[in-house]
Amino acid sequence: MNIAPINQSNYIRRRIFSAVMDGVCTVAALFSLVILGLILTTLVQKGLAGLSPSLFTEPMKTPGNGGGLANAIVGTLIQTGLGILVGAPLGMAVGVYLSEVGRNSRLASAVRFVNDILLSAPSVLVGLFVYQIVVVPTGGFSGFAGSIALALLAMPVIARTTEDIMKLVPESYREGSLALGARDSTTIIKVVLPAAFGGILTGILLAVARISGETAPLIFTSLGSFNFSSDLMSPMASLPIAIYRYASSPYGEWVDLAWAGALVITVGVLTLNVLSRLTYHWASNRR
Amino acid sequence: MTATAIEGSKKLHLGEAFFKGILIISGLIVLITLGAILLILFLSGQYAFERFGIAFLWTDQWDPVRDLFGALAPVIGTLASSAIALMIAWPLGFGIAYFLTETCPKFLRAPLGVAIELLAAIPSIVYGMWGFFVLAPVMSTTIQPWITERTMWLPVLPSEDNPIWWWFQGAPVGVGLLTAGFVLAIMILPFIAATTRDVLLTTPSLLKEGGYAMGATRWEVVTGVVIPAVRGSLFGAVFLGLGRALGETMAVTFVIGNANRFPDSFYAPTASIASVVANEFPDADQGSMKLAALFALGFVLFVVSFIVLALARLLLRQGRMAA
Repeated sequence: MNIAPINQSNYIRRRIFSAVMDGVCTVAALFSLVILGLILTTLVQKGLAGLSPSLFTEPMKTPGNGGGLANAIVGTLIQTGLGILVGAPLGMAVGVYLSEVGRNSRLASAVRFVNDILLSAPSVLVGLFVYQIVVVPTGGFSGFAGSIALALLAMPVIARTTEDIMKLVPESYREGSLALGARDSTTIIKVVLPAAFGGILTGILLAVARISGETAPLIFTSLGSFNFSSDLMSPMASLPIAIYRYASSPYGEWVDLAWAGALVITVGVLTLNVLSRLTYHWASNRR
Repeated sequence: MTATAIEGSKKLHLGEAFFKGILIISGLIVLITLGAILLILFLSGQYAFERFGIAFLWTDQWDPVRDLFGALAPVIGTLASSAIALMIAWPLGFGIAYFLTETCPKFLRAPLGVAIELLAAIPSIVYGMWGFFVLAPVMSTTIQPWITERTMWLPVLPSEDNPIWWWFQGAPVGVGLLTAGFVLAIMILPFIAATTRDVLLTTPSLLKEGGYAMGATRWEVVTGVVIPAVRGSLFGAVFLGLGRALGETMAVTFVIGNANRFPDSFYAPTASIASVVANEFPDADQGSMKLAALFALGFVLFVVSFIVLALARLLLRQGRMAA
């Protein structure tokens, strides 16, 4: 910018240009919001049309026989739950390592960098990977393999939020604890972790939201199924896979069920996101 | 932490060592995971790499019957659909970010910002379904004919010897490269908008006030002061979006048409690496050349994503240090 003594007509021209660009950006923003709003409207309209109590009570059935998505919902709950059960402790440990032990060491920098890559790595490739290291050796597609894939996707999310949150805990907390003669491990477990608890919970909720909608990795791991199954070593249904199969089928009623399923999963994911925000506010106010 | 305990400070405490050991091992697991993914994908695709050599990357063939495979079509499909998506989502995302940080009424900023972040969390399969059931029919009946009519004057290369004429011609079938690009654009838009807004917000307000004090207009402050201050991070945000688009499976699989061949126009059904892997995997037998080719494709996608995401992180980190 070369700001000379203000040339009146030039200044007016610049003001007008700025106002025009304000307008262009505003229109771009409104246009985008309208498109995104349209998607949500379509989802709600088509989803509500296919929504019925039997969606939550009946398992998937062959076309023409009604049926719902209950087994897929249960399958998603099982696999997401197990994925978090494995991924959360691992992710938290990584986050604690980065924030409390490794800090700026070379190893920690490498772990931080790689974790950020894993955070956005294509989930379809995690599916291929788990296919090769779990499905092939165990002899078949299974809910267990699906859970492992989801755990690998949850881990980096939780590691990232855990580290970020623990870094926000004031250094004086740690110094206070150490001054009382506590060991590093005691300081971390009894002082830093409790102070960061709310934030870590936020990260876990976000990870649940992220993995419960994952479709691609499950194609290669838990495959999908028409039956209720709690057997972790056999193929297991999941909501995203059921939506994928039904939406690409030629049967109208399956497509309706797919929309209803998509609505259910979107509402679930958005609720989890809102919950995680509320948790975060609650946690930061408490402090 | 470098504090010294009062008692027995020099003695190695077993519990303490165990605790730290577990944490370090967890950190190592992250590194091992990335290494193992790369290694497994490469080893499983090795059969294809050995058979077709490096030419696998630019050979246009996908013939499961004769066991001939090449990656050109899905590689081009991946790069082209992501490029289309980026060209749309980048300016629109910047528009949203500018709106949210500059022109939007104050009371709307927080709720709209949260709404954008929530939209970024919607599972990609929802965007895929919308693209397939809502956008694709409109593309076929309205948008594609409209574009074709207005781009007649664009040069078209001869179609016999050289089937590559990258323009807006061909049957408006609805599903294809352009539709995939559009759906990807819509999918990564909230993400790019949210990260761009976060980046713009990191500019110290003193810098902006300085700009205004010198008589700069709002647009001049943003383009002349804010953007230069955060340029690296802005590119980082866009690269993160690109990383998402490259590896996206569900949103693309629904709308790209899943024809594993080189697209001869923007409308042509084609395939991306992720969509080929997801679609053809169920018919690939254990130990077959096809499965090896799919893993080889996966390896290629991982390497490309790795480079893009690594660049994104480096740019974002640089920005953070400068700010």
